[in-house]
Amino acid sequence: MAILVNKETRVICQGITGEHGSFHTRQMVKYGTRMVGGVTPGKGGTELDGIPVFNTVEEARRRTGCNATVIYVPAPFAADAIMEAVDAGIELVICITEGIPVLDMVKVHRYMEGRPSRLIGPNCPGVITPEECKIGIMPGHIHKKGCVGVVSRSGTLTYEAVDQLTKLGLGQSTCVGIGGDPVQGTGFVDVIDMFSKDPQTEAIVMIGEIGGTAEEEAAEFIRKNVEKPVVGYIAGVTAPKGKRMGHAGAIISGGSGTAEEKYATLEAAGVRTTRNPAEIGKTVLELLKNIC
Amino acid sequence: MNIHEYQAKELLSRYGVSVPRGKVVFTPKEAGEVATELLAEKPLCVVKAQIHAGGRGKAGGVKLARSREEAEALARELLGKVLVTYQTGPEGREVKKVLIEEGLDIEKEYYMSLLVDRARKRVCLMASSEGGMDIEEVARKSPEKILYEYIDPAVGLMPFQARRVAFGLGLRKELTGKAVRFMLSLYEAFLGLDASLVEINPFVTTADGNVIALDAKLSFDDNALFRHRDVEALRDLDEEDPREVAAARFNLNYVSLDGTIGCMVNGAGLAMATMDIIKLYGGSPANFLDVGGGASTEQITAAYKLLVSDENVKAILINIFGGIMRCDVIAEGIVKAVKDVGETVPIVVRLQGTNVEEGRRMFSESGMDIITAETMDEAAQKVVSAAGG
Repeated sequence: MAILVNKETRVICQGITGEHGSFHTRQMVKYGTRMVGGVTPGKGGTELDGIPVFNTVEEARRRTGCNATVIYVPAPFAADAIMEAVDAGIELVICITEGIPVLDMVKVHRYMEGRPSRLIGPNCPGVITPEECKIGIMPGHIHKKGCVGVVSRSGTLTYEAVDQLTKLGLGQSTCVGIGGDPVQGTGFVDVIDMFSKDPQTEAIVMIGEIGGTAEEEAAEFIRKNVEKPVVGYIAGVTAPKGKRMGHAGAIISGGSGTAEEKYATLEAAGVRTTRNPAEIGKTVLELLKNIC
Repeated sequence: MNIHEYQAKELLSRYGVSVPRGKVVFTPKEAGEVATELLAEKPLCVVKAQIHAGGRGKAGGVKLARSREEAEALARELLGKVLVTYQTGPEGREVKKVLIEEGLDIEKEYYMSLLVDRARKRVCLMASSEGGMDIEEVARKSPEKILYEYIDPAVGLMPFQARRVAFGLGLRKELTGKAVRFMLSLYEAFLGLDASLVEINPFVTTADGNVIALDAKLSFDDNALFRHRDVEALRDLDEEDPREVAAARFNLNYVSLDGTIGCMVNGAGLAMATMDIIKLYGGSPANFLDVGGGASTEQITAAYKLLVSDENVKAILINIFGGIMRCDVIAEGIVKAVKDVGETVPIVVRLQGTNVEEGRRMFSESGMDIITAETMDEAAQKVVSAAGG
């Protein structure tokens, strides 16, 4: 089952002829993702390794029947690209681009109200259902099909966690990078909700970080709705106040959004936490053992 | 990015926000000249230290002058002084310029700010009758005294919302129109400048019936600076950490901390996790450093130089999870950087992911005295012991 994407997902790439877009399109094809088209305004009618390129998303949608898009368009134009995909009615919009102005994302969010598309990201590694479909920039080979759902605000830290899981023999149902920006599309709550309803997923790993209140909202949701075991890790225990730690959204403002607060809320909600990022996999293994 | 109060007031006034008359000066003599002009019309003027930190008033950085001589003397006292406020840390900030402003006949002080509410994904206008106080403290002690309006980006801040705030603050009704214009102008400025924070603490009502921003703090969304070159030109590098400035030139994300273990990591989340695991094993990180997803050899060299330039650094931990970025490319960069700059402190390297074998082989063949580790756990323990615990 998995969530969001599977081997049936038909994907286009916006920005397919750019440096990142073309590189990652080839990587995704290699992984087995069904790349059915691409969009670069002005390059319609050309091809990338036999994949047709269109001028507009609307045309790509009409001609390929795609139901997902991945966006590698540069930050100044990325909000426009997201809205174009939403306008074309594409069900799943995954935006990898880092550095989109936050007020652009406020507009995007408003634009999406009442429209059926789901946005993942921006500033995220993407979504992968191992051995079926990889949409994004994560290294496919560290993943393995299995029963652990992973949701994270980070990129490489997610790879770290996935690598630990795979090496312990624990495969993943789907891994979702929700991104490190302050205003993002899909949040922890939605993804955790999907995992809790997915029969393939038996345990959930959530990787949060300082800044905002998304982890607290997730904790509240888990407490009320989730029976599957959840393992939580929060990056940034040592982060100073008021400093942005790489991700635009990773900042402790006015003393709130600290890792300690988030740990406390997650623990109160029954989430099994670990303070050691090297033990995320081990913690999942212990939890699953106790259940089985 | 942050700017000074005087710059913020100048930008805001372009959007129609009322601010006191005044001018920034760099010498006591200039201070006296501006004061003379202002004192021709007002009995008082204010001398305000310009540093990027709040809490200046309590730290003695804001003073009143009644004469040219007094303004000169105060400017002389403040210029060159190291001001320590609750936001500067114990080392304080040197005052290099002061703002001389007209004194106002203040009736009452209020608070107002605009920022992006992350959970609601909207710009939020916050206001309070408790002006001049730390808003976080107001939020803790009397949250009912803070008013919120969430702004629909499709239409912007509407007059009815601004009126609701004006009435909610209890402003006298003759001032409603001016307060509404004040708020609408602030929102236009927030939007037009791609601000991440506009904070007016306090804004005041005056006896002669005006609504004026007595103080102003403006922060900008770094991701939007590409469309505001004029704003970027206001950056004051004196107010920023020199290593953070150097890092920014190479597109590296760097934050100075006060520990002894220098960190070089790819990815922001993993970089924070690396700092955390160092702490977990009893060490202390000297910095946050994210070299990003596709660092070049130049960037890796710059990052390494940055780490060894910090004299507190006793050991370095390089933690790379090669995804799309290949470990051998990273290894090549590190080997070159260490050869160029020299090994001044012990270096622990942990590589994982794509082409990891190739990367490790490059280290062992380089002949350098690098301590390697397989896992984050092992790496953290080794670097903490190399730094002397």
